[in-house]
Amino acid sequence: MLRTYQYPKFEYRQPPEQKNGVSGRHPVVVVGAGPVGLAAAIDLAQSGVAVIVLDDDDTVSVGSRGVCYAKRTLEVLDRIGVGDACVVKGVSWNVGRTFFREEEVYNFKLLSQPDHKRPGMINLQQYYLEEYEVRRAQALANLDLRFRNKVTSATPRDDGVVLQVETPDGGYTLQADWLIVADGARSNIRHMLNLDVEGKVFTDRFLIADVLMKADFPAERWFWFDPPFHPGQSVLLHRQADNVWRIDFQLGWQADPEEERKPEKVIPRIKAMLGEDREFELEWVSVYTFQCRRMADFRHGRMLFAGDAAHQVSPFGARGANSGIQDADNLCWKLKLVMDGRAPDTLLDTYSEERGVAADENILNSTRSTDFMTPKSATSLTFRNAVLGLARDHAFARALVNSGRLSVPCFLTESRLNTPDVAAFAGDMLPGAPMDDAPIEDQGESSWLLDRVGNRFMVLVFVDDPATVGPAQARTMGALADAPIPVEAVLVSPKGGVAPQNLRVWRDRAGRYALRYDARAGTTYLVRPDQHIAARWRVFDAQAICAALARATCNTEH
Amino acid sequence: MPLKLEPNFHEPGKRHVRAFTPGDDFYESLIETHRDLSDEQSAMVNARLILLLANHVGDVAVLREAMQIAHAGVRG
Repeated sequence: MLRTYQYPKFEYRQPPEQKNGVSGRHPVVVVGAGPVGLAAAIDLAQSGVAVIVLDDDDTVSVGSRGVCYAKRTLEVLDRIGVGDACVVKGVSWNVGRTFFREEEVYNFKLLSQPDHKRPGMINLQQYYLEEYEVRRAQALANLDLRFRNKVTSATPRDDGVVLQVETPDGGYTLQADWLIVADGARSNIRHMLNLDVEGKVFTDRFLIADVLMKADFPAERWFWFDPPFHPGQSVLLHRQADNVWRIDFQLGWQADPEEERKPEKVIPRIKAMLGEDREFELEWVSVYTFQCRRMADFRHGRMLFAGDAAHQVSPFGARGANSGIQDADNLCWKLKLVMDGRAPDTLLDTYSEERGVAADENILNSTRSTDFMTPKSATSLTFRNAVLGLARDHAFARALVNSGRLSVPCFLTESRLNTPDVAAFAGDMLPGAPMDDAPIEDQGESSWLLDRVGNRFMVLVFVDDPATVGPAQARTMGALADAPIPVEAVLVSPKGGVAPQNLRVWRDRAGRYALRYDARAGTTYLVRPDQHIAARWRVFDAQAICAALARATCNTEH
Repeated sequence: MPLKLEPNFHEPGKRHVRAFTPGDDFYESLIETHRDLSDEQSAMVNARLILLLANHVGDVAVLREAMQIAHAGVRG
């Protein structure tokens, strides 16, 4: 029992299939009510798909676990209706400091520019995120959340998956057209089906302590290499909600996990760090090891693996839960199009391709961080300490200090869903890029670009003055909404005002859109439901848009 | 030309979205070069590496500046 948090106990209800002995057929079943499974279920339910979520437990994550949620994740959480709750409860931060022994050698800012809705990162105990997602899920009529429902077997078929599920009332059978597997790092389903996951285990152990205390340290990420209070190892400090502080101590491979978990071992470590006089209470303690590995393919027929079930990384860089939520973001719009018969089945292969690239990037970066933090040889340690020693005075060495390269979204620049540029652009908003935010005004109301895009394909056309758009062109833009896959056209302009044909107009209220998107009159972006760029042009061309839309949905072969 | 002390890692033909990537690419290669070597072998690889790079830089004034910075602070 924690002092600051009461674990909710979610109600188990006997499933209708179990009660009636009838195995129903359902469009989508999600296994796992963690942050990733719930994000996928909410996303699909919001778009009108009936979803069942099965979870073998009846509460949320035990302990703080995930902790850091990155800007991109918050933008996805905004899209599924839980962003505000997380940001209000969480601790926003932007600055990280790295210390070597007693001195600060390096600091970084996650967001170097103003005018983004969301901060670089928030810290929030994972149980809060899960609780907010459960509440959101329970508010959706077409989302059936079933606790204490444990999947005991999964049989893949050509047209779906047959599940055996165990409940307190006994077993029942469930047939799913599509199965989303988000049952965590030790994925039960992955094991049952004997699917490989490849990578390496790191021979190191870490102690996590959630500590309740009153302290006025700033809301920053502090990382120590070889500090005097924990010599030879590293330590990480994060402030979370409710005055709970998360401390990660590197212990080394020889440490005994059972011993290290005991309060009489943990408390002296914390006192050495915080001083004898600091009053604190232990909320939760755990000892962990980690691996970096992934499945070769995240799609197996009608089964789609997401989050830790599909890939795992070392925790340095907060690339675990963050990448899992981005999996859901990438998957759901594709699955919806395929289920509706508006895109071929192959679109789901691009889920595995695109998120596979992201997983590789996450594994690469978190492996590099781990290798820097825990050098594997005397030479590697010498280089590491040489970098840290030079870092105080020399910028080049500071750039090499690697205490975690924190979660940033992957640029899907190699994706086959992108339409290559035919004109020159400055900046980073190239096809495949996750969209940058910008302040806008929508019908007199101040808003944010990323609050207004997403959930559907959109075309953003930059114009000097909306009033000067000709009626014929406005009709062409408006007609994109009548295509089999509707595309909503919006004018973005430094000037507000009204456009013909009731086209929506967003005012670029701080000029950031023009800057970040290198936009001038005529510049047109096609954006995906997951807020990634599909294509861009210097002039509006309806035919080019239709071709790019076909490409972004794998409809080119028809 | 004075010794460059600002971040300078780059790779022709590669576009990096994240500024830390080319430096991390280098560092990983450097550590990988030493994999499975004894400490003595590693010391030899380092010495050879310094000689190769020193010749590449060529400007002895720049090399002296680097040697001076590398040396400072090491003896405590």
